[in-house]
Amino acid sequence: MAQSFRLPEGGVIDRSKSLRFSFDGRSYEGHPGDTLASALLANGVHLVGRSFKYHRPRGIFSAGAEEPNALVQLGEDPRTDPNQRATQVELFDGLTAMPQHCWPSLEFDLNETASLASRFLPSGFYYKTFMWPNWKLFEGPIRHAAGLGRAPRLPDPDRYDKTYAHCDLLVVGGGPAGLAAALAAGRRGARVLLVEQDSTLGGHLLSSPDSEIDGQPAAEWVEAARAELESLPEVRVLTRSTCFAYYDHNFLGVLEKVTDHYAPYSRPQHLPRQRMWKVRAAQVVLASGAIERPPVFRDNDRPGIMLASAASAYLRRWGVKPGGRALVLTNNDSGYRAALDLKNAGVDLAAVIDLRLAAEGPLSAQARDEGIPIRSGHAVTGTQGHLRLRKAFVAPMDGEGRRVFGGGEPIECDLLAVSGGWNPTVHLFCQSKGSLEWDEQLACFRPARSMQRNQAVVGGANGTFALGEALREAHAAGLQAAEAAGFAGSGSERQAPRAGGEGDFLPLREIYLVPSIQPVGQGGKHFVDQQHDVAASDLLLALREGYRSIEHVKRYTTTGMATDQGKTSNVNAIGIVAEHLGKPVPEVGVTTFRPPYTAVTFGAFAGRDVDGLLDPERTTPMHGWHQAQGAAFEDVGQWKRAWYYPRPGEDMHTAVAREVKATRDSLGILDATTLGKIEVRGPDAARFLDLVYTNMFSTLKVGRCRYGLMLKEDGMVFDDGVTSRLAEDRFLMTTTTGGAANVLDWLEEWLQTEWPEMKVYLTSVTEQWATMTISGPKAKALLGEVSDLKLDSETFPHMSFAEGRVAGVKARVFRISFTGEMSFEINVPARYGLAVWETLIRAGAKYAITPYGTEAMHVLRAEKGFIIVGQETDGSVTPLDLGMNWIVSKKKPDFLGRRSLFRPDMQKPDRKQLVGIETEDGREVLPEGAQLVESNGAARPPVPMVGHVTSSYWSPNCGKAIALALVKGGQARMGQRLYAPLADRTVACTITEPVFFDKAGERLHG
Amino acid sequence: MRLKRWFKAALHRRVAADTIQPETGIGRCGTTGWSEGAATGMNKRYSIFSLARNAFSRHENWQEAWRSPTPKPRYDAVIIGGGGHGLATAYYLAKQHGMTNIAVLERGWLGGGNTGRNTTIVRSNYLWDESAALYEQAMKLWEGLSRELNYNVMFSQRGVLNLAHNLHDLREIQRRVNANRLNGIDGEVLDAQQVKDFCPAIDLRAGGRYPVLGASLQRRGGTARHDAVAWGYARAADALGVDIIQECPVQGIRVADGKVQGVETARGYIETNKLGIVVAGHSSLLAEMAGFRLPVQSVPLQALVSEPVKPAINCVVMSGAVHAYISQSDKGELVIGAGVDKYVGYGQRGSQPVTEETVAAICEMFPIFRRMRMMRQWGGIVDVCPDASPIISKTPVEGIYINCGWGTGGFKATPGSGWAFAHTVARNEPHPLNAPFTLDRYRTGYLIDEHGAAAVAH
Repeated sequence: MAQSFRLPEGGVIDRSKSLRFSFDGRSYEGHPGDTLASALLANGVHLVGRSFKYHRPRGIFSAGAEEPNALVQLGEDPRTDPNQRATQVELFDGLTAMPQHCWPSLEFDLNETASLASRFLPSGFYYKTFMWPNWKLFEGPIRHAAGLGRAPRLPDPDRYDKTYAHCDLLVVGGGPAGLAAALAAGRRGARVLLVEQDSTLGGHLLSSPDSEIDGQPAAEWVEAARAELESLPEVRVLTRSTCFAYYDHNFLGVLEKVTDHYAPYSRPQHLPRQRMWKVRAAQVVLASGAIERPPVFRDNDRPGIMLASAASAYLRRWGVKPGGRALVLTNNDSGYRAALDLKNAGVDLAAVIDLRLAAEGPLSAQARDEGIPIRSGHAVTGTQGHLRLRKAFVAPMDGEGRRVFGGGEPIECDLLAVSGGWNPTVHLFCQSKGSLEWDEQLACFRPARSMQRNQAVVGGANGTFALGEALREAHAAGLQAAEAAGFAGSGSERQAPRAGGEGDFLPLREIYLVPSIQPVGQGGKHFVDQQHDVAASDLLLALREGYRSIEHVKRYTTTGMATDQGKTSNVNAIGIVAEHLGKPVPEVGVTTFRPPYTAVTFGAFAGRDVDGLLDPERTTPMHGWHQAQGAAFEDVGQWKRAWYYPRPGEDMHTAVAREVKATRDSLGILDATTLGKIEVRGPDAARFLDLVYTNMFSTLKVGRCRYGLMLKEDGMVFDDGVTSRLAEDRFLMTTTTGGAANVLDWLEEWLQTEWPEMKVYLTSVTEQWATMTISGPKAKALLGEVSDLKLDSETFPHMSFAEGRVAGVKARVFRISFTGEMSFEINVPARYGLAVWETLIRAGAKYAITPYGTEAMHVLRAEKGFIIVGQETDGSVTPLDLGMNWIVSKKKPDFLGRRSLFRPDMQKPDRKQLVGIETEDGREVLPEGAQLVESNGAARPPVPMVGHVTSSYWSPNCGKAIALALVKGGQARMGQRLYAPLADRTVACTITEPVFFDKAGERLHG
Repeated sequence: MRLKRWFKAALHRRVAADTIQPETGIGRCGTTGWSEGAATGMNKRYSIFSLARNAFSRHENWQEAWRSPTPKPRYDAVIIGGGGHGLATAYYLAKQHGMTNIAVLERGWLGGGNTGRNTTIVRSNYLWDESAALYEQAMKLWEGLSRELNYNVMFSQRGVLNLAHNLHDLREIQRRVNANRLNGIDGEVLDAQQVKDFCPAIDLRAGGRYPVLGASLQRRGGTARHDAVAWGYARAADALGVDIIQECPVQGIRVADGKVQGVETARGYIETNKLGIVVAGHSSLLAEMAGFRLPVQSVPLQALVSEPVKPAINCVVMSGAVHAYISQSDKGELVIGAGVDKYVGYGQRGSQPVTEETVAAICEMFPIFRRMRMMRQWGGIVDVCPDASPIISKTPVEGIYINCGWGTGGFKATPGSGWAFAHTVARNEPHPLNAPFTLDRYRTGYLIDEHGAAAVAH
C-alpha cells in the first residue's frame, strides 16, 4: 500500500527497504527507522486508540515516551504486549498490532456511549454511588469496562538477563547534551556509560538535522560524536536502553531492549529479549531532555492534534507529513519551529495561533517573513471531527487570557500542532530526591538542589533549552565528572561544541486553561490527562469538593496516574489547580516522581530467576541414589529431602510404616546431610555458646556432644541441635535443616554488633559433609563391620563422638539419637558420601537395612516425644512450654532470651504446653493442625480453643495413632478428654505424656 | 414505578436544594450521621440520584467532602494522624461515644501515609484468637462500611488465597483454617485442583521450584479502595462535627505530672486531655515527644502496580513461601506487594533488590504475567512490633493513647482499629477486643506472635 503521506525525501529512515506490518488487521508498509507511529502516519492512519473512560477516539499525540493516547496491543499470544506506545515501538517486518480497549471495532466503539453519559460520570462518581445493594453487583461490569490492553494468556517463552555495570560516569540521554558530556569525560579516559532510550543517538537533533554545531549540520556532528565515542575503549554506548530508576548512592536501573526490534523470525536466539543493567556510577550526568507541554483547550484530544515537537519529528526524522492542512497553537516560540517545518514540507499551513499578545521572537519573525499567517492574542476555542480532526475554532482573547470574544471562526484543518512550553524531564533527578524550583521565566519546574553527591543535570533536563548553552553546560559537567573520578585534564583539550544560528527563547505566556466560548466544563472538555479522560472540570470539581492537596486532586481524579504517568499532564494539572486556588504554582507543588520512568517488563526484574531457578535447589551427594530408589521428596527450606521410599505397590502410609518398623526391629538409614552444620572456633567459642544456648557448653568435654536449645530475645524457641566439642576452642554445631542460614545470620549479628570483642569465627560446613544416620538394634553391629572405631560404651558412650575410618574413608562419627534407638551419625567428606552410603547399604543387607525418609523420621521421633522446631514450636513456645526445663541453665548468669523467660506471662500455668494425644478409638489419625476444644457439642462460634495438634501419625510400633499437641495447662491435665472438631466430624481424644515408646529410654544403649 | 417516583422526588429535592445556599457547611448533617441528612433531602448525601441531580447543575453544587477549619484552642480529644486509622478513630469517637468536640491533626494530606500506599488487601483469617477477634470485627465493619459512611469504599469480597508450597505450609493452613472456623471466621482448605478452579490464572507448577500444593481460602476477604477509606471516614467524621486539620504537623507534646496537657503544632498550641497517636511509620518519634519508648522498628515496605489490563486475575493470591502477593485493581492494574527492606529507614521508597525478588516470585507463580510491565513502584514506612501484632493501648502518660505497630498489615484492620481505639480513648480503658494488645505485653510476655500470619516476613 502506498505511503501517501511519506515525503519524497529526508528523514533517518532506510527507504531502500520496505517493512510490512499490520494494524487492526490491515496491512501497511514502512521503512527501517520507522516507529509504528511514524509508519501509521505515513499511511495516513491517525485513529489509533480509545481513551480509558469515555472511549473517545484518539490518535498519535507525541513522538516519544510521553505518549498518552496511541497505545496498541502488540503481537499475538504468547508474545503479546499490551499498552505499547506506538511512538516507541520500532517497526520490524511482520509486526502486528491491534487497537485495544474498543468493541466491536476501533472506528465504531459501542463503549463510546460512556462519552454521552459523561455528564453523569465526573471524577469520583464511583465513590458516590454503586453502594446499594452492594458494590459486588456493579464491580464486575466496571472491571470489564476498565483496563486497557489484554494480559498474555500463555506463559512468556522469552528470556531476560540481568547484569551489573560499574562506571566512572553514567550519562543518561544521548541527545546533544548527553553526547557532549560523554565526549568530554570519555576523551579523558574515564569509563563512561551512555544510555539512550531511543534506537539511535541524537535526541531532538534528529528532528532538526540542519541545526549547526561546530560549523557542521547537527546530523553530521551526531554521527561524528557517535563514531568518536565508539572509538574510545572505555566508553560504552547503550541505545534502546532506558534509565528507569535512580536510587541512593548513584545506583541506577537501566532496561535495555535487546531484541524487541527484530522481526520474530530473525531474533538472535542467543540474546535475551531484554536486559536489566544495575549500574553503580561514581558520577552521574542527567541529560534526559525535556518534554513539550500541551496547552489545555476545549476538545483538545481528537486524532490529528499533536505536540508541535512531534509534528516536527515526524516531518524531519521520519519524512512523514502528519497532515494535509495544519494549524499551530502555541504560547511560545517553539510552536513556530513546527510551523516552519510544516511549511517547508509543503503542508498547507492555515495559521499559527499564538496565545501571546505579540509574537516577537526570532522564529516567529522568520515565520512572518515566510508568509505564515500569525494570529497573536488568539485562542483555539474548540475543535470538531469525530475520528479525525476536521476543523478548529479560533477567537481573539481578552488581555487577561480569561475569555474569548465571538463565537470562534472555524478553520478547516486535519492537523493541529500544539505547544504550551517545555517541562524538563526531571523524573530521575526527583527520584534521587533532588528538589525542584519553579522557574518563572521559563514557566517550568527545574532542578534546584541535588541530594546525591556526584550528580549533575544538564541541557533541557536542567531547563537549559538553548542548544549552545546546553552544550557548554554538558561539556563542563562531563569534564568535572572526569576530574572528580580522577581523570585530570591535559591542558590541551577540545573546547565545548558550539552551536550556531540559534535564537533565544522568549518567555512563554502562562495560560493553563485556554478559554472557550462557554465556561470550562460546558459544551466540550478541556482534557488534562488524555489517557484517563481527566478534564479541567474534573480538577475543579475535586477542588470544589475539598480535595485540595495536589495529591488528593491526583488520586480523586486519577490525573497523572495513566500509563504515561502524567508526562504531558502533571504540570498542566498543577497550573490549573494553582490558578483556581489563586496560589503560586510552586506552592501547589508536585506529586512524587516514582520509578520507573517508563514501564519495565516484569520478566526483566526476574531475569533468570524463574522456571525452577527462583531459589537454589540443594541436594545431597546421595540424591541420585534416592531417586534411583524411587523416593518421593519434600521441600525443606531449599533442600530436597527424601520423604519416603515406596516399593512397588506401596502407598505412602504402607511405605512409612515399613520404614518405621524396620528401623526399630533391625536397622534403618537416613540421609541427614541437610542438617545445618556450623563450625564455631576461637578462644571465646565456649563462652559464646553459653550465651546463645539455654544450657551450658563451656563444661562440655572434648569429644562429647550436647543437645542445645536456642531462644530469640523474647524467650521463644528458635532452633535446636546437637553441638559437639571437637577441641578446646572448636565446636561443631548442628541446626535444623530449614533454620541453618537464619541461625548463622543470628549468630553473626550478635558477634558483629553486640559482642565484637569475642574471638569467635563461624563457618558454615553444611555442604562439606555428607551425613548418614544408621539407627536401630543392629546399628552397632554394622558400624563395627565397616569401621575401625571401638564401639563399646566405655570408649564410645552415648552423646560422644569419635574420628576414624568408615568404609575406608576418614569420618566423624557421632553417637546421638533422634529415634530413641542406638544411632550413629556418620559424617564423611561430601565427595565420599555416596560411596560410603552404598557400602553401608551393601554391608547392611544382612540386617535388612532400610533407608527411611523424613516422614519415618518424624514418626520415630514422635514416638519418643522429641520435638521438631517449626512444627512443635511456632515462635510462641518456650522451653518450659515444651517441658524442657532441664535444658534451661539455672547457673548461667545470662543467655539470649533468659530475661524474657522471667516475665510474668511466661510463667503462667495455663500456657500452651507440649503433651501427647491419643484418639479415643486408637486407630483414627488426627490431621495435623486440628484444634482442640473442651466439649463435644456443636457450640456456636467463637468456640474456645485449648490447643492444637502439632504432629500426628500412625505409629506401627505402638499399634495406634499418636499425636503431639500444645494444650493450655496441658502438663497438669494428663488423662483428660478433649475434642478435635474437624470439617466433617468431631474426634474425641485423651491427653497423655508426650512419650509413647520406650519411656525408660533403654533402647539407646542397644 | 416506585423507582420513577423516587427519581421524581429526588429531582424535586434538587430544586429545593438549589434555592438553599449550601456553602456554610454548618449543621449540614446533624449529629446522627447520614440518615437525618437523607430524610431532610440534604444535598450532601451521595446516591445515584444526587449524582444525577448534580449532573444537571454541572456538578457545581457539590459540597466539600470535609471542611478546612481553623484549629480551636481546645478539644475534648485530639487524634494525631489523618490516615485511615486516625480518621476512623475520630469517626467512631463521634458516632459511638458522642465526642464531637475533637480534632484530627494531619501533618500533610489525609491518607497520605500507609493508607494511600498499601496493596488494599482485606482479610481476617488470623491464627490467634486475639487477632482473629480484632480483624473479624474489622471485617464485619467493612461489610457495611460503604453504606455506613455513604461513601463507596469499593469493598470487593473476591476471596483471598494463601498458597501452600510445602508440607509445612499445608500444616499451618490446616491449623489456621480450623482455628478460623472455630472463631466464626470463614475459611476453607483447598487442594491444588480447587486452587486452579478458583483462580484460573495461577500456574500450579509455579515455575517448578515450589509447586502449589493447596491453599486456604477466605471468601469474605478481598480488597477495598484505600483512598476512599480515608476520604469516606473523613467526610463522615466531619459531618458529625469533627475538625479535620491538614498540614498541621505536631511539634511537641506537653506533659505535666504524668498527664497530657496539649500539643504544640505548626498552627499553634492546642489544649487537650486526651491524645490519641495513630501515626504509622513515625510512632516512635511521636512517643519520644511524649517521653516514652516503643518496641517498634520502622522499615520501608514497598508495593508496585503494572500497567492496567482487562481482568486477568479474579482474586487475591498470597504466598508466604514464594513471597509475594497479587490482586488486580478495578482499574486493571496488577497490584503487587513486596517484602520489607533489609534495613530500617524512613525513605518511603523501597530498594530495588526487594522489587526484583518480589517480581521474580510473581513471574514464578504467574508465567503469563512475565511480559506485563511495572508502571509504578513506591514504599511506605511500617512500624513493626517484635511479635508482629499491633499496640492499641494506654501509655505511661495519662491521657495519651497509642495505636501503632501494625507492621505490614494495617489497612485491613482500619475500621476495627479505629472502633477499638475510639473506645479506648473515650473510656480511658481498652475494649475487650484490644485489651490483649497492650504496650505492657512486652514486659509481661503476653505476646501475640503473628509472624506466621503476616504476609510478609518481618
